[in-house]
Amino acid sequence: MSKTLFDKIWDSHVVKSIPEGPDVLYIDRHFIHEVTSPQAFSGLEKRGLPLFRPDKIVATADHNVPTKNQHLPISDALSRLQVEKLTENCRKFGVELYGLNHPYQGIVHVIGPELGITQPGMTIVCGDSHTSTHGAFGAVAFGIGTSEVEQVFATQCILQPKPLRMRITVNGKLVKGVQAKDVILYIISQISASGGNGYFVEYAGSTFSDMSMEERMTVCNMSIEMGARGGLIAPDEKTFDYIKGREFAPSGKELDEAIASWRELNTDPDATFDKEYHFDAVDIGPMITYGTNPGMGMQINNNIPSLEELDPSEKSGFTKSLSYMDLKAGEKLIGKPVNYVFIGSCTNARIEDLRAAAEIVRGKRKADHVTAFIIPGSKQVEKQAFEEGLDKIFTEAGFELRQPGCSACLGMNEDKIPKGEYCVSTSNRNFEGRQGPGARTMLASPLTAALTAIEGKISDIRDYI
Amino acid sequence: MEKFSKITSTIVPMQIENVDTDQIIPARFLKATSRDGFGENLFRDWRYDENGNPIKDFVLNDSRYDGLILVAGKNFGCGSSREHAAWAIHDYGFRVVVSSYFADIFKNNSLNNGVLPVQVSEEFLNGFFENPETEVTVDLESQKIYNSATGESELFDINPYKKYCLLNGYDDIDYLVSMKDEIEAFEKNR
Repeated sequence: MSKTLFDKIWDSHVVKSIPEGPDVLYIDRHFIHEVTSPQAFSGLEKRGLPLFRPDKIVATADHNVPTKNQHLPISDALSRLQVEKLTENCRKFGVELYGLNHPYQGIVHVIGPELGITQPGMTIVCGDSHTSTHGAFGAVAFGIGTSEVEQVFATQCILQPKPLRMRITVNGKLVKGVQAKDVILYIISQISASGGNGYFVEYAGSTFSDMSMEERMTVCNMSIEMGARGGLIAPDEKTFDYIKGREFAPSGKELDEAIASWRELNTDPDATFDKEYHFDAVDIGPMITYGTNPGMGMQINNNIPSLEELDPSEKSGFTKSLSYMDLKAGEKLIGKPVNYVFIGSCTNARIEDLRAAAEIVRGKRKADHVTAFIIPGSKQVEKQAFEEGLDKIFTEAGFELRQPGCSACLGMNEDKIPKGEYCVSTSNRNFEGRQGPGARTMLASPLTAALTAIEGKISDIRDYI
Repeated sequence: MEKFSKITSTIVPMQIENVDTDQIIPARFLKATSRDGFGENLFRDWRYDENGNPIKDFVLNDSRYDGLILVAGKNFGCGSSREHAAWAIHDYGFRVVVSSYFADIFKNNSLNNGVLPVQVSEEFLNGFFENPETEVTVDLESQKIYNSATGESELFDINPYKKYCLLNGYDDIDYLVSMKDEIEAFEKNR
């Protein structure tokens, strides 16, 4: 029978299908971090159970670590306790930890791929919804809750109903200045923040195959923002080249065998999906969000929809959202002054993102009223940025390049956007208070964010390149 | 996990769509290492102002409404996978959340914590918002939800395995641990 890529990977990991129930799904890799693991470790201890397969788990501290002076003890007592608890649990249960100051530390969805831990055909979970990022390698990767983290600790399996299949096809060449982030923001604006509920997405078409691995990660990362459990892209030569030579990637004969099996990972030509969408790359421009869910996005030079354009059922949510953002229906965003710019997060904190931002910033100076900070996704990205001299470009432009972590994407550490302020952010969520109580987030690409910092107002990258 | 069978209660009507888990429990309150006490900060930024004073027009601060059942607009629980959201809802005292649509991860998380997500039609949901002081019965055995104000009832879906777990107070780990031999055999045969 013809199968989709998703089916092939999922089905080969089913230990047992419970009649009328979920599948018992075997998990190949389990990433953990300080925020969603402590209760799972203590649950395991309470039940008197051992950790079943410690060698399949990799831990890092990312969500609430400071992004300045990481060599000093964490000043926030609760954050410090949580990070210490992770260290203690990893030591006790024999889990590999890339904690603060380790050369491999970083945002969990940045380090997995860059260390070669993420590979095609795998099932990957983490107590973090952006685990979908790893789907860029042709893996079935999705976020789970802490009770499920405990399930994987105890049995390396998870009970999970199989999602439906959705394919999103985008063909064609992107317009200059349009980035992978714009593509995914565009898709979410078209199918809404809940349009993917119940589905696992495959991204197909030339637009995605033309993308680099890091760009594909940006796309898959935000699958959850349309409600989909995850999103994946069939692996190809770019995928294999990316993996080759990385720390935990197979090598020699083992790699050849792996690549041979990875080549089988694609959707059969006559396989069917439960839902399909088709878009054209030429229709996609630089995007920005104006509301409080990632589906509320538009091309940057458009006006916010007017109330007349909306379905009556959407009006109250829309009005509530705009009132939080202090924006008006029908308003234009181009030219709007912005005081904060954040470049970072598991969506856009890889070296290509930093390079793109640096290209815009090079030889220029940020607007005086703007606070612009860049948080590299990992120690390795940070190191590379220094080796390439990007740090100088940013510093000379008045941007602050800090140390790796999730930072102002979710404001768990001290990196928060003040109440009432707009922040053009390369992160993934514009929810109320996401970047700090009262903060107003506008999601955009690294190019748009960097340009906004220079101009001090929302600007269209197409007018500058 | 505690058993769940049938609940009759007044409701807390929260007519807001796309309620994300950052609203249910903001990230800055995720720093605990135990599962307890999250109810205190449930809907923190909608419930209290920056000085910690209750915001009067938020439904949790409205003395007319109380009960074991939270009724919310569609796409409830979207966003972050934090199970702390389900813990906060449970800790506050809710045992049922009713909406016309739930985000997948939240649905799993709440089922794993003895909170029943009941998905109803848009029309049936509006019946609660139009009669917010109604009494509602949720019967898991018959998979039926009853709105006493309108006299209408609706059947709801639940995975039969999950239903069995909730009715008996079993959790997934007990089940998975009992499968250890099969899991090891699966590993050997790959």
